[in-house]
Amino acid sequence: MQVGGPNGSGKTSLLRMLCGLAAPAHGEIRWGGSEIRSLGGAYFSDMTYLGHLSGVKDDLTALENLRISSALAGTEVDAGKAQDALQLMGLGGRELLPAKVLSQGQRRRVNLARLLVCDTVLWILDEPLTALDAAAVKLMQGVMERHLVKGGMIVMTTHQEIEIAAATIQRLQLS
Amino acid sequence: MFVRITQRDLLLAMRRRSDVLTTLFFFVIVVSLFPLGVGPEMSMLRTMAPGVVWVAALLASMLSLGRMFSSDHVDGTLEQMLLSPQSLSLLVLGKALAHWLVTGVPLVLMAPVLGIQYDLSADSLLVLTASLLLGTPVLSLIGAIGAALTLGLRGGGVLVSLLVLPLYIPVLIFGAGAVEASAAGLGAAAHLSLLGAFLLASMVLAPWTTAVSLRISME
Repeated sequence: MQVGGPNGSGKTSLLRMLCGLAAPAHGEIRWGGSEIRSLGGAYFSDMTYLGHLSGVKDDLTALENLRISSALAGTEVDAGKAQDALQLMGLGGRELLPAKVLSQGQRRRVNLARLLVCDTVLWILDEPLTALDAAAVKLMQGVMERHLVKGGMIVMTTHQEIEIAAATIQRLQLS
Repeated sequence: MFVRITQRDLLLAMRRRSDVLTTLFFFVIVVSLFPLGVGPEMSMLRTMAPGVVWVAALLASMLSLGRMFSSDHVDGTLEQMLLSPQSLSLLVLGKALAHWLVTGVPLVLMAPVLGIQYDLSADSLLVLTASLLLGTPVLSLIGAIGAALTLGLRGGGVLVSLLVLPLYIPVLIFGAGAVEASAAGLGAAAHLSLLGAFLLASMVLAPWTTAVSLRISME
């Protein structure tokens, strides 16, 4: 599902509510029939949220960042697998650099590498393609298509034109 | 996961050693200023030593509270912690443990050396160290609540002192009291037991309260 709309129309607020960071003023949000607040940890282990803030620590290396953020999200990743994911994201040879020397786009790639190692069903992505170059956008497109083919779900916002091949695409235009 | 988060915070602290050292040097300097200012009257120094060391320890642990959650808040890691399938209270306990290892343990190790400036007896030094060993983790745990409540506020540093320092008072009274009691020949066991009780109670209640405060602050 792609959420669109002008700046300030509430895209990020909607996504934060969907992942349970904010509570809706009216109504409730359900996952598999139950309210997400009552599900708690069970919902969080089905869901991956990547927001505006990268969650990438300046003082840690790309590899440490990926392994720790995955562990926090409930999937332990061994060094080899994390290395492969970073390689795939075009960060081969830069795994051991501290994140503060990486560029904006490279930090975004470190963050997105989490999608390659997680096994959650629902991805909630807030502007995942900002700061990425054309090659990386194409790469992410492939990653998302594979996730959808496997039966996953994605809710994302983006201002970029991106065509993702999927069985069902919903577009929600906020105004 | 509890271990992972503690490891991560220790790793971050090691990459930024200056933050750790400022807290320790603050403690050392504050404690050392008193004998210089008050003069070399031995009996007076002996009576004021426990209070001075304990107040300095409170202020030193206060100094580093702001950093406990703020950097995770700024770069978005805190959001990911709230969305973790792991229990948030456990993550908070891990962070508080890391905070204590980084700021509390150096103070405990330094205290006997500083106590010599105040002409404390060997027994008193031992009791002082034991009281700090039991008391400083309580400071980190209670401090975490204050740090979580003032997250992202402007001037949060001052506010956190106003919130947390009154809660430190019982620890201060029984921590300093332990040394005085043992110097007076009454034995420090009662005071130390109470400090131990504070530690157990705050280990159970503080992580949970901090987790609730974090969720409120992030909404």
